Amino acid sequence: MIGIVNYGAGNIFSLTATLERLNIPFGMINQEADFDKYERIIIPGVGHAAVAMKKLEDSGLADAIKTLTKPVLGICVGMQLLTSFSEEGNAPMLNHFPLKTLHFANRIDLKIPHVGWNSVELENDCPIFKEISNNAYFYFVHSYFIEFDNSFTSASCDYGVKFSAAIWKNNFYAVQFHPEKSGRDGEQLLLNFSKI
Amino acid sequence: MLAKRIIPCLDVKDGRTVKGVNFVDLRDAGDPVELAWQYSQQGADELVFLDITATHEGRKTTIDLVKSVARQVNIPFTIGGGINELADAEILLNSGADKISINSAAVRNPKLIDELANTFGRQFVVIAVDTRFSEGKNWVYLRGGRDKTEIQTEDWIKEAESRGAGEILLTSMDHDGTKNGFDCSLLKKINDTLTIPIIASGGAGSQQDFVDVFQQAEVDAALAASVFHYGEILIPELKETLRRNKIIAR
Repeated sequence: MIGIVNYGAGNIFSLTATLERLNIPFGMINQEADFDKYERIIIPGVGHAAVAMKKLEDSGLADAIKTLTKPVLGICVGMQLLTSFSEEGNAPMLNHFPLKTLHFANRIDLKIPHVGWNSVELENDCPIFKEISNNAYFYFVHSYFIEFDNSFTSASCDYGVKFSAAIWKNNFYAVQFHPEKSGRDGEQLLLNFSKI
Repeated sequence: MLAKRIIPCLDVKDGRTVKGVNFVDLRDAGDPVELAWQYSQQGADELVFLDITATHEGRKTTIDLVKSVARQVNIPFTIGGGINELADAEILLNSGADKISINSAAVRNPKLIDELANTFGRQFVVIAVDTRFSEGKNWVYLRGGRDKTEIQTEDWIKEAESRGAGEILLTSMDHDGTKNGFDCSLLKKINDTLTIPIIASGGAGSQQDFVDVFQQAEVDAALAASVFHYGEILIPELKETLRRNKIIAR
């Protein structure tokens, strides 16, 4: 069973609806003790990274996340929370990955936000991409990105700059795109995570 | 590479699609959820639902519709129509809508754009603009093209962008329904000034029209209704045509 970290950052209706459609059982994590109830954890998130970080800290769940040994999947802002720092609000994040979340502005000559379906290049044999083709398309909506890194980037994407579409370190996985909105490949990714 | 998006638009009233739909293998042509699912299976990149429901009671039906779409369809969708305040947008967001499209309410109260962008993020806010050409200028029209304003289209779009619009959905009233192609010159002119994505709407009649609007106006997405609903253009074939013309399509 998957536990969704419920810290009030953004709407999770689409995510829970997709898990229901895929027959993946889930519940909500509202307090630290709830982490024990689930085998896998999803950190969702849309909106402003610094605001999301503050909400996560206020919820009292931030410290517990750092110590998790179960598989964890961060999605979108939920991914950015796992980095060391975000330029959105210039705020420190959870620092599980020694990577920064940067603004596209002034770094690329393309439209911002990066909205739409972009192809994703697989960089290693990350288990959440099992049975997903190289250069498959996923749906992105974001103005901030995580820098590409040889050690941690498990899938990259190009939008004026090569950035991390997915990162992976030990039991922590994270994706910048929205698997719950990314057609069959997105569903496959969530199924893969549910079996790790 | 970022793909150009193809977006079918569904008009809904009291939870049912209203414009004619002539689709093969459809159990219920009036059911927007079934249509949405079919389009997602065919490779549509996104969907727009235009809610023309007038009554308060009808709004509840719309919210139920948004929830059903979010439950059953695995691509992003936008809902527009009748959104006048933050609370309207919030309930749609919490029901699973990825974006909302606002037209008249934003013209009447431009600060609404700032409020929505600051509250939900600009990626959530699509500003729909209906435009018509007369006396040598492009004018913004309201209420589905019925009311002319004294606002010039170029000015309004720049203002919407600066206030926090995440995307512009531009419909040319002059081209809408003609099936003679998108208004590529206007779309290009506007697109050249924008730093946010623009969706072309109005005039799609053939696959070539989509090729033209992506090549000539370099828009990010193109929207159409009847050519898709009547099966005159099939999305898998359209995507093939785009790729053959070196346009990136998913």
